[in-house]
Amino acid sequence: MPNVSYKTLDKVAGPLIFVKGVDNAAYGEMVEIKLENGERRQGQVLDTSQGLAVVQVFGQTLGLNTTGTSTTFLGETATLSVSDEMLGRVFDGLGNPKDNGPKIVSKEKFDLVGSSINPYSREEPSEFIQTGMSNIDGMNTLVRGQKLPIFSASGLPHNQLASQIARQAQVVGTEENFSVVFAAIGITSEEANFFIKQFEESGSLERTALFLNLSSDPSMERILTPRLALTTAEFLAYEREQHVLVILTDMTNYCEALREISAAREEVPGRRGYPGYLYTDLASIYERAGKIKGRKGSVTQLPILTMPADDITHPIPDLTGYITEGQIVMNRELHRANIQPPVDVLTSLSRLMNQGIGEGRTREDHRQLADQLYAAYAQGKDARALAAIVGEGALSDLDRKFLIVANDFEKKFVHQGPNENRSIEQTLSLGWDLLAGLSETELTRIKPEFIAKYAKKTSTGGTNKSE
Amino acid sequence: MQLGPGLLTSIYDGIQRPLDVLAAESGDFISRGKIIPALDQKKKWEFIPVKKNGDQVSPGEIIAEVQETPLIKHKIMVPYNVSGELVDISEGQFTVNDKIAAVKNSKTTDIGLSSWWTVRIPRPVLRKLPPDQPLLTGQRVLDTFFPVAKGGSAAIPGPFGSGKTVTQQQLAKWADSEIIVYIGCGERGNEMCEVLTQFPKLIDPKSKRPLMERTILVANTSNMPVAAREASIYTGITMGEYYRDMGYGVALMADSTSRWAEALREISGRLEEMPGEEGYPAYLGRRLAEFYERGGRCIVISPEEREGSLSLVGAVSPPGGDFSEPVSQNTLRVTRVFWGLDANLANRRHFPAINWLTSYSLYMDDMADWYKSNVSKDWIDLRKEALEILQKESELQEIVQLVGYDALPEPEKGILDTARSIREDYLQQSAFDEVDTYTSIQKQHKMLSTILEFGRKEADVIKKGSTSAKVGALESRGMIPKMKWTKEEELEKLLNDINSKMKQEFDSLSKESSN
Repeated sequence: MPNVSYKTLDKVAGPLIFVKGVDNAAYGEMVEIKLENGERRQGQVLDTSQGLAVVQVFGQTLGLNTTGTSTTFLGETATLSVSDEMLGRVFDGLGNPKDNGPKIVSKEKFDLVGSSINPYSREEPSEFIQTGMSNIDGMNTLVRGQKLPIFSASGLPHNQLASQIARQAQVVGTEENFSVVFAAIGITSEEANFFIKQFEESGSLERTALFLNLSSDPSMERILTPRLALTTAEFLAYEREQHVLVILTDMTNYCEALREISAAREEVPGRRGYPGYLYTDLASIYERAGKIKGRKGSVTQLPILTMPADDITHPIPDLTGYITEGQIVMNRELHRANIQPPVDVLTSLSRLMNQGIGEGRTREDHRQLADQLYAAYAQGKDARALAAIVGEGALSDLDRKFLIVANDFEKKFVHQGPNENRSIEQTLSLGWDLLAGLSETELTRIKPEFIAKYAKKTSTGGTNKSE
Repeated sequence: MQLGPGLLTSIYDGIQRPLDVLAAESGDFISRGKIIPALDQKKKWEFIPVKKNGDQVSPGEIIAEVQETPLIKHKIMVPYNVSGELVDISEGQFTVNDKIAAVKNSKTTDIGLSSWWTVRIPRPVLRKLPPDQPLLTGQRVLDTFFPVAKGGSAAIPGPFGSGKTVTQQQLAKWADSEIIVYIGCGERGNEMCEVLTQFPKLIDPKSKRPLMERTILVANTSNMPVAAREASIYTGITMGEYYRDMGYGVALMADSTSRWAEALREISGRLEEMPGEEGYPAYLGRRLAEFYERGGRCIVISPEEREGSLSLVGAVSPPGGDFSEPVSQNTLRVTRVFWGLDANLANRRHFPAINWLTSYSLYMDDMADWYKSNVSKDWIDLRKEALEILQKESELQEIVQLVGYDALPEPEKGILDTARSIREDYLQQSAFDEVDTYTSIQKQHKMLSTILEFGRKEADVIKKGSTSAKVGALESRGMIPKMKWTKEEELEKLLNDINSKMKQEFDSLSKESSN
């Protein structure tokens, strides 16, 4: 039903308007709203029934009145014109240029919602991405086509971590097209500037497309921003054979916006007032990461979310964790102990790690070494808890050894400078360094042949045999 | 839905559209509104009748066979409400839509190579049998401690990242059933992709043929339509029932029923139904119970009283790892095996992260006789002994938290050593290691008895005045972890080595301490 205007605005409720007398508006159809004073705003049909359409307005509904406003149904769902020119540009949360540059003109228009990838056509992600961060490369490896969120909390340096990953990420042994799509969802302009500055300094701004919806921008735009970013990323990946890293920050704001709409529509709320379809909705964003058989590009997602009150069981991190392939969790205690980045390795996880590591990708001993480090670190943390009660002197020799491993693990392995780029060999070698203090019988997770091949001598000055 | 030869090796979405055909037709992304027949309509199957014209047939009787894959013979059965004289039976090559025979009674009913069934209606059976045989999985913690019966139902609840999916996949690979139905319901695309790429490569350990030849996959990822997700469970179980009716043992994995329940909630919300607990519809419990009730080992409708079984394993993903939410609770009410996954175990990379203290299996008593006659007479006692040691360990751990390990008396330290050995050398099992990924029940028995034997000897020498530290330094102690990495053929030699070493070392220890 293209280009028919209605002046039958019935009701304005928060971010929604109700238009009467509309017969066949389509779900998801885009709407242009013209105010009495000539100002134009955009919206999208959320609900349609005989004679009524509910339209979600992107932007303020302030100033809309029921008499003078006309709404035009555009007859198409939300689309985005995409082209190569988008790299190096800055857009607002609705995809309009924000950098005084020209509008993107292109024959290629893509549907914003996208279709889901046929699971049969997906290719299993298995290319190891070297981020240069020991805690990720060594313990929770990132692979191409993965979606690995960073669970953070207010006051933790998740932005630094994300920008360091974006700067250092590379697939070992390849020089391929690599680009970054960055979507800011309701973050402050300071945070956005931080990212822009980081991209500028590392000279990667021309490989980056930025979509900025700042906290001062209308919250309804936040529904569209991540989808704009992902549509761009899919275009670059599948049509232009680029390897795209998508950073979405902060997904918590996205969920809040979703809740706002749900509440305005008077839906039955699920947990904590979030709508019951939050899982499906988040999945429609996160599942757009991946690789497709026979196409060269890939979309890797790095969403950032802040856990309200550091609570990992809150619906947003919880549902995210069920959709994404693992998570990187930041920990306030480590942050206080001045471990940078404060990544809690024990609760972090990368589900695609096994596909990306091992012989031919990283090294044959990687899996078992990582398992052993996990176990030793966990045991060392137990010993630390015990030491807090009985005092370090009362620990058994074994516990004390593990305590040392745990301390070193945090200080030497997890901790690293913002510009320190460690190769995977360095990371693994560092891991064996930590285990040098333990005797062979305590290394139950590692096959004896690997111990013989890679283990470092207990005495100082042990050499890395693998080199 | 259409049931007939060609189901095996297929990959369907929630409403039985074959995803490979869909990809060929509409490209890498799924476009809306495509209708594609579930079975290959053109392929001709070699059809071999086992009955002849003029035979009297009754409901469920097998009249013909089709070699569906090299592993599985597809059996063509007389529909449930039809009996009479068989006429017009043909032989040769047919497609799924061809008529291959007819049954004459007062009226004539045509029988085709395929049949249709409504997914939401359970296929009827004659009667159900008691669950007295275990479904062996090759996973030590499951087979030894918390076995599920053939035709039984099990629930795996666990927070994210605790290894639900890996456990399910291990079951699909190794469970000793003839047909596997794997439903990926609202799961990750990449994870489904992993299943889709791995299964065709896997070789069935018994027949040495690709595992895919006895597998049906239903893949409905989280970003595919919600309504199809709701239907996927029923699609899967109907196919499972169909093969059960042929007399096969079928194992069905549903990953995850929580996503299915959420789909139900979403649809219910859209229908503006009055919500029950946490927004779930009030009929959630009933639907779940109905689903699990469709499993079982039973005598299917047939003149010769064929036996078939359908075992159900449902993963549950409780939000926030909180088991008190409605989906977990309703599932626990109807399943008899509970494999509780534990985030703490997963965090320290103890996999499979099945908590041995909270999990349970109510089938153990039913199956005691089977274990006695098929594994060993002392199996039940060994299992009990091991569980007691683990229970004791958790009590001792509390004391250790208060007073420290060194303050424990030596016998208690010995128990902790044995418990640690059970945990690390027995329960932990790597799904990614060639040898360790599958352990036969016989090997399990040998491993467990060796570990416990070591524990008993340790307790013995400690009584005589030795210390757990000395025992820990023994060479034979270092050999025990090797058991799980050792191939079954070489196990006997290793066990002999361990036993003789163990005997020698403990003898000298006890001499040394009595001096």
